[in-house]
Amino acid sequence: MAVNVQTGARPVRAGRRLRLPNWLGTTPFLAYVAIFLLLPTGIIVVDAFRTPAGGLNLSSLKILFGSAERSYFTGSLELCLISSALGAVLGAMLAYAIASGNPDGTVRRLYIAVSGVLAQFGGVTLAFAFVVLIGPVGLLIHASWFYTFPWGIAVIYTYFQVPLMVLVFLPAIDGVKAQWREASDSLGASTWQYWRYVGGPLLAPAFFGAALLLFANALSAFATVVAWENQIAYIVPQQIYVAINSEVGLSNVNQADVLALGMIIMVAIIMTGYALLQRRAARWLR
Amino acid sequence: MAAITAVGEAPLAAPARRPRGMQAGRRRRLNAFRYVVFTFFALFFLLPLLAMLRFSFEGSTLGTWSASAWSQIVSYQGPPPLLSAVEITLELGVLTSVVTLALLVPTMIWIRLRVQWISPAVEFLCLLPLTIPAISLVVGLAPVYNKIRHYELSALMLFFAYVILALPYAYRALAAGLNSMDVKTLAEAARSLGARWFTVMFRVIAPNMWQAILNALLLSAALALGEFTIAYTLLYVNLQVELYSIDRNTPNASVIFSTSLAALIFVFILLLIVSYAGRRRRRGMR
Repeated sequence: MAVNVQTGARPVRAGRRLRLPNWLGTTPFLAYVAIFLLLPTGIIVVDAFRTPAGGLNLSSLKILFGSAERSYFTGSLELCLISSALGAVLGAMLAYAIASGNPDGTVRRLYIAVSGVLAQFGGVTLAFAFVVLIGPVGLLIHASWFYTFPWGIAVIYTYFQVPLMVLVFLPAIDGVKAQWREASDSLGASTWQYWRYVGGPLLAPAFFGAALLLFANALSAFATVVAWENQIAYIVPQQIYVAINSEVGLSNVNQADVLALGMIIMVAIIMTGYALLQRRAARWLR
Repeated sequence: MAAITAVGEAPLAAPARRPRGMQAGRRRRLNAFRYVVFTFFALFFLLPLLAMLRFSFEGSTLGTWSASAWSQIVSYQGPPPLLSAVEITLELGVLTSVVTLALLVPTMIWIRLRVQWISPAVEFLCLLPLTIPAISLVVGLAPVYNKIRHYELSALMLFFAYVILALPYAYRALAAGLNSMDVKTLAEAARSLGARWFTVMFRVIAPNMWQAILNALLLSAALALGEFTIAYTLLYVNLQVELYSIDRNTPNASVIFSTSLAALIFVFILLLIVSYAGRRRRRGMR
């Protein structure tokens, strides 16, 4: 019945040809994503639960709570907390300075364009740049803390966290209406009162959402930390690399899978929180 | 009151008008804050790059000047030779962006036209790589690449993974392009004039979103040019891995600074084109 109705509604010209369902047009895309995104993810999940004997159970998840693994996760959390807090606060200041200027001015254009580029500028190059700026051969200072974890690497991470914060947080600050300030002024509020009772609460969801994005960003970064220090594993991505490429230690063959799964779960939770906060922020800041 | 609101809501003038209504004192303080912030961040962003620039002109002994590092970009013999890594990285950039577009553009237009119901699923799949850190994805990709290596050893095969990494950025750029026009009406007009679906997609819709296509192209190319994590973990050599290994093997090799800067300037130009094209599109819509 349904089939009859459908063919009746179709144009006559196409009537003779074999009718293929429309969704078939998306198969090349779906097949590609299945092989190179869904299959690898599936492999991680399955292997994370696989025992050395070949069975499936939850025992390998105990790896996550081993003392060594806990230290990688603690290291990752420390680094992400410091670098995203620094990035969020500094980036919010810069975003406010940009937003309070001329919306078509050169300074604003320049900072936005540069932020777009520098937010992507991680990688080994960034570590090189900081080595020659404040490292052992530093031109500016010779920072004794350069190779200490987490502060040395956190300062380097700040270099791409601040521009990312500017890009994510600037639209929220732009959404703050001048009338809100005028209204609070005309009611006799001080600058502090305006920020405490009006501006702050309005911007808070956007600010914390952006900070979460920065956190996820720092969690996934790998290249910079490798170029900074390749001998000692401090954070989860470093240990995943070691686990994949070491032939020894067959007892924990799936350590890489378990750690990778742990990272995916963490980022997924953070990104969900980010999406929820963004939705909350969008209520006022249009 | 109504008058104030009406003036304030004139869309372009609103942010620029803000300082005019303030008392002179607050405005002066705001300007002082802005200059301090802008100077601080200009130094913060520029100094590491300047330090790299200085070291790229380092002579054979510390403190001397020489341009040899810049000519070494083409002549550095490695091992492995630098130029071959540059070549393979550029090829990866081209391959990644072309495959990403070939995969996404027809699929996204087709979905818009005929299979709207599948659209949320495809959006989810395209944005999924944002929640899977590259270092996690590579754990699942390793078995897949073991299969690929049976047929082809070249580092060019990395493009399979890079397309996945590029999906979220390309998807957003293309979706913005599709949203800025009335796809349904265009398609109906073309169909009523006798155009086939192929003509509608490639001669009607695609030419109308060339700026979005250009953005997607440049973003995926920029991503492939700067990628380190997947190449390094799967033991392929691209430009970033090459720079890293030169840094490890040869102390004080100033060629890494000249090459990094050259690569950085190249990507900088690509991304500036993106931000410029984006700005022109927004202008046109006003």
